[in-house]
Amino acid sequence: MRTIWAGLAASCAVAITACSSNPSAEQTAAKVEDRQPVTQAQAVPQAPVAAVDLTSVRPASSAASVLKDPNNILSKRSVFFEYDSFTIRDEFKPLVEAHARYLRDNASARMLIQGNTDERGSREYNLALGQKRADAMKKMLLLLGAREEQIESVSLGEEKPRAQGGDAAAHAQNRRDDILYAGEY
Amino acid sequence: MLRLVWMFILLCSLASPGVHAQLSIEITGGGGNRTPIAVAPFAGENNLPPGVAAIVRADLERSGLFRGVDVPTEATALTESSAVNFSDWRARSADLLVQGSVNPVANGRFEVRFRLFDVVKQQALGGVAYTLEKNQLRATAHRISDWIYQKLTGERGVFSTRIAYVVKRGPRYELQVADADGGGEETALVSFEPIISPAWAPDGGRLAYVSFESKKPVVYVHSLRTGKRNVAANFKGSNSAPAWAPDGSRLMVSLSRDGGSQLFSVNPDGSNLRRVTSSNSIDTEPVFSPDGQSLYFTSDRGGSPQIYRMSVNGGEAQRVTFEGTYNVSPRPSPDGKSLAFITRNAGRYQVALLDLSTRQVQLLTDSDRDESPSFAPNGRMILLATVISGRGILSAVSADGRVKQRLTTSSGDVREPAWGPFVKE
Repeated sequence: MRTIWAGLAASCAVAITACSSNPSAEQTAAKVEDRQPVTQAQAVPQAPVAAVDLTSVRPASSAASVLKDPNNILSKRSVFFEYDSFTIRDEFKPLVEAHARYLRDNASARMLIQGNTDERGSREYNLALGQKRADAMKKMLLLLGAREEQIESVSLGEEKPRAQGGDAAAHAQNRRDDILYAGEY
Repeated sequence: MLRLVWMFILLCSLASPGVHAQLSIEITGGGGNRTPIAVAPFAGENNLPPGVAAIVRADLERSGLFRGVDVPTEATALTESSAVNFSDWRARSADLLVQGSVNPVANGRFEVRFRLFDVVKQQALGGVAYTLEKNQLRATAHRISDWIYQKLTGERGVFSTRIAYVVKRGPRYELQVADADGGGEETALVSFEPIISPAWAPDGGRLAYVSFESKKPVVYVHSLRTGKRNVAANFKGSNSAPAWAPDGSRLMVSLSRDGGSQLFSVNPDGSNLRRVTSSNSIDTEPVFSPDGQSLYFTSDRGGSPQIYRMSVNGGEAQRVTFEGTYNVSPRPSPDGKSLAFITRNAGRYQVALLDLSTRQVQLLTDSDRDESPSFAPNGRMILLATVISGRGILSAVSADGRVKQRLTTSSGDVREPAWGPFVKE
């Protein structure tokens, strides 16, 4: 199989080479009947693009039920930030403490923290800003007794806004950390 | 074996012209002195719709250097060998003229021939004949445009180059590749999770990009022809902002694996990871200078995001931008003499161009939410993403700010454009 493919690739390459070896253009006007009036060249084979489709695979959720119980603080998963800030506000500290306790009590639990930003500015720079928010929560969890190998902090930047629309309320919803446990991502 | 042969045929048919073209271009601002050129319909081009002449004319007009002259309908019988009535074309204000023909040859192939004339000096400037498959019409027309452009300006045209961008349609993210005029659009990747930061390998056959398909940013290298992908960077934390070294030997990426966002060098196959910056701040959006000796990148080490330059071998970084409190997304011009970037100007995000020798900064756009500037490989135009009426579109501006174009789609949000390298001749 590999050989055939290489052969096809080679024949394409030959066509490309053939066209590159030729192209010195003639400079003078030709007569009406002249059948060699123009430089001969091969057209470029357009390099085609193979499509990769990832939309048929979606993972199923399988997290511990205590994490999903709406009456349990562990079901609360979002922490919101002020504009241009990376500090966990006091009102969210009970939430972070509860998750730290869960990680301490469940050594095999694994957590993904996703930092997010609003949409203003460069996507890549926002990715780095979201990382600072995720890192801030990770740091607090570690101080509260969770272990390094239990937590991964990543950033989604501005790519997964919770609220659409460019107003201040939407921006405030989008400056946040989300907590996911293994089985939920 | 059968599967591979079939795949090859399918891939060829995917490249067929016109059908999937989604982007259309509107020229929203033109340069001053555009040379009038008449591109007569090629005799027999009805065999190859939409025809060569229309594509060539549109290409040349898009450069901002030429203005298409309307051609009388009786001109359809002209070929590259027809006698030229120079005074007639002069009367139509054409300085330049292209005549050509399309003829079927053996095995279902076609031959396209053309010749370029200087109407003022009443002389032929040369011409080329191409044989092609039916599905190579667009590629061949762009080659003709490139030949004409180079003949007349002395520099290489970019009509045969390709662009990559991401379209968001509902929940779907599609990484697309199209001709520089937006035609011949093909899908390289479809995902329910975001795709950002496509970056062309210097060979023009691969893209590096960031995909969130595993719920975190991971850098992939994707071969366009085969659809084969490999992970270039998937370390603990975030992996993003891939940039190719000019020789294609390695990538620069921004990783949070050691805390913060720091620059690392990694080979395209994911091997040979090496840390490049060591700061307590954000270091991201790396890009190589065209000579491969320096890196430009965005850092907030001075308190606000600014662009810095450092040697690829590490060492101290020098600050490059000074005006304003938000300067990001550096992109050096292909000749290395200037730097395009995004600046925040009274709350609006716009494309600016810094002359690296005079240190002068020129604003090139007048929009609000510009992102992701990308130079054409000849340095003449800059492609960018912006938002008009709440919808993401692509736009292009000439490096002198005089020519402006808008590329719109029928549906979806378009973002993250990247202009590919020159196609090998």
